[in-house]
Amino acid sequence: MVRARDLFATVMLSGIYGLLSASFFILMDAADVAFTEAAVGAGIFPLLMLTVLTSVGRYEAERRRVRYLPLFVMVVLAGALFAAVLQMPPFGAVDAPSHGHVAQRYIQDSPAEIGIPNMVTSVLASYRGFDTLGEVVVIFTAAVGVVVILLGGRPKTPQQSTQALMAEHKVLRVVGKMLIPLILLFGLYVQFHGEYGPGGGFQAGVIFAVGIILYAMLFGLSNAQRVVPLGVLRWLVALGVLIYGSVGLANLVVGGEYLNYSMLASDPVTGQHIGIILIELGVGITVASAMVLIFFAFTRATRSRDELEE
Amino acid sequence: MPELITLLSSLCLLLGAFLIFSGGLGVLRFPDFFTRMHAAGVTETMAVTLIVLGLMLHSGWGLPLFKLLLILLFVMITGPTASHALAKSALHGGLRPLGDDSNNERH
Amino acid sequence: MILTVVALALIVVMAMAIARAFLGPTIYDRILAVNLFGTKTVLLIAVVSYIAGRPDFLDVALIYALINFISVIAVLRFFEYGSSKVNDKVGKDA
Repeated sequence: MVRARDLFATVMLSGIYGLLSASFFILMDAADVAFTEAAVGAGIFPLLMLTVLTSVGRYEAERRRVRYLPLFVMVVLAGALFAAVLQMPPFGAVDAPSHGHVAQRYIQDSPAEIGIPNMVTSVLASYRGFDTLGEVVVIFTAAVGVVVILLGGRPKTPQQSTQALMAEHKVLRVVGKMLIPLILLFGLYVQFHGEYGPGGGFQAGVIFAVGIILYAMLFGLSNAQRVVPLGVLRWLVALGVLIYGSVGLANLVVGGEYLNYSMLASDPVTGQHIGIILIELGVGITVASAMVLIFFAFTRATRSRDELEE
Repeated sequence: MPELITLLSSLCLLLGAFLIFSGGLGVLRFPDFFTRMHAAGVTETMAVTLIVLGLMLHSGWGLPLFKLLLILLFVMITGPTASHALAKSALHGGLRPLGDDSNNERH
Repeated sequence: MILTVVALALIVVMAMAIARAFLGPTIYDRILAVNLFGTKTVLLIAVVSYIAGRPDFLDVALIYALINFISVIAVLRFFEYGSSKVNDKVGKDA
């Protein structure tokens, strides 16, 4: 992977790396992390990387000579990390530092305080709601950056060239037509099942985005933009963050703390449920529309540059 | 009756494991891309069917059974499709099967 | 017991797929290897979920099946879209 000059091979190998690390997470019993790694590390990341490669070309520009200082720093750092890993407490040790502070309180109190079976969701969406808000804002910012750089100004009307990219792949298009509804349905399931099993807004958003990206790949960008116009996507990216933030403000209005959902209903547990469902919805909307927006932006940028060259 | 089901499930799983192993061996050892493709594509569908069937027999009624069924359907549809698209793409990209005489002419 | 055997077979085949992904020689071999690796990961997760008695892992297996298919399509589209500037080096890939 380090020596590969062919960037495409690097992307393929990093996809394998994503699959492999998700298997590790599964073996360590961390289903939620594996889920995220599956959706992001093995799914959307290689997809976006490939899109980038389409616009920058497949091979590294020149044969760089090996730079020894960065190599040395990397080797030392890797050695230090390996040494640190060897010093870590064994997997599942009771007295590991990470189990010392708040984890015990989460595990003991979350069934009574929040009352949803998947404890990971209750930690992410309720106890650490503020962290998650930060993550959503990061994604929002990334989408804004991509839009500003690549789409600049007002959205152009989609080009007339409805040139179907994979016109000769009839089989793929038929199968894709069958699969896309299932993918979107599965995304909804993951979105609203996050309280009971592995899943939640982030993963559901990625799955949803993948379904739409698949449509764009099989039937062409302009058709996909007719389904989800860029203008709508821009609004949706902001809408998700807005929902998340306003749930927090609503708590303030009814007399609670920011992002403490207990006051949203007469019963604190019900309030927590409502809050978690709402903010997961916000996360899902932002993630899905940001991913689709980034994909569209890169694809469009590539296409218009090619047309300039011709 | 439960013994029969256990037996069937074990049989499916073992057969599937064998098929998977043979497919992997083919992908590693065969001489060119299309033969490797053949090894992977042909064994994969059957192996996935057998293993998921074995797991289904193993699991009994419930939501897991339904999810396994979904996985089975999904892999049965996408696996051959992916193989087809890949082989077609390779052929278009200028790769020729071993023993094909028209090696140099691209269409 | 039998599940463990199946899981071991899957891991061995995954190692073989990685070897093929590194060996190449053409880019299509790598795609094939990644696809093979993905399918085996789906099966491995399904089998492990039964070994560990955690049926909710099956969701993860399902999403892998999905992602795997889509990556292959994305890769193929990448080739066909940029055919003029990408495809000429297929086969000479190092």
